Amino acid sequence: MELFFTLAGVGLFALMLPILYRLIVGPTAIDRIVAVNIIGTKTAVSLVIVGVIFEQVGMFVDFALAYALLNFIGSLAAARYFHRVRQEREANTNNASTT
Amino acid sequence: MSLMINIVSGALILVGLTFFLAAAVGIVRFPDFYTRMHAAGKGDTLSTILILLGVALYTVGDFSIETLLVAFKIMAIAVFIMVTSPTSTHALMQAGYDDGIKPFEKEKEDKKDSEDQPEV
Repeated sequence: MELFFTLAGVGLFALMLPILYRLIVGPTAIDRIVAVNIIGTKTAVSLVIVGVIFEQVGMFVDFALAYALLNFIGSLAAARYFHRVRQEREANTNNASTT
Repeated sequence: MSLMINIVSGALILVGLTFFLAAAVGIVRFPDFYTRMHAAGKGDTLSTILILLGVALYTVGDFSIETLLVAFKIMAIAVFIMVTSPTSTHALMQAGYDDGIKPFEKEKEDKKDSEDQPEV
């Protein structure tokens, strides 16, 4: 069963690579943020799997919980940031056109 | 009994990896920001929940108070991700829509050079 968990972790990591491709290539910045969000979620999952392999799940579960929290806050902050950048840009263009 | 639990948790993890494979293929192959978000939001959430459910079931296999607490924590992570992943997907989608990213349309593909998407 430990071999199975090792293989599951390796498979999880291998499936992160196409998302890493989207992170590098992605045409807009929000594509990249989505890729980072997914990789962060899967990192929390693979932390739990690493805890099972090392037989210390009780310790690694807390790491995974903290990582999922930070990931959520990071993606929300990025979304808010782009929202605000857009609004400020619109305000600037309106001011430039009126004056 | 233990073998049964191992088989069920292994099957759950394999199904979760399959859903993650679908999400990865969708993220690489889909033509548009919105469709990529569609693949990401669903496949990512469901595969995370399934894999964590499998790990929690495997953990509770040798039953004691300690492993029960650990399995409860893993399920807490699953519930947390089930709440937060669609929320962040929605927020990012809203940001992209307000940013003026155009949805993918097949007819317009010929004159794609004339209309530039705004750089974010």
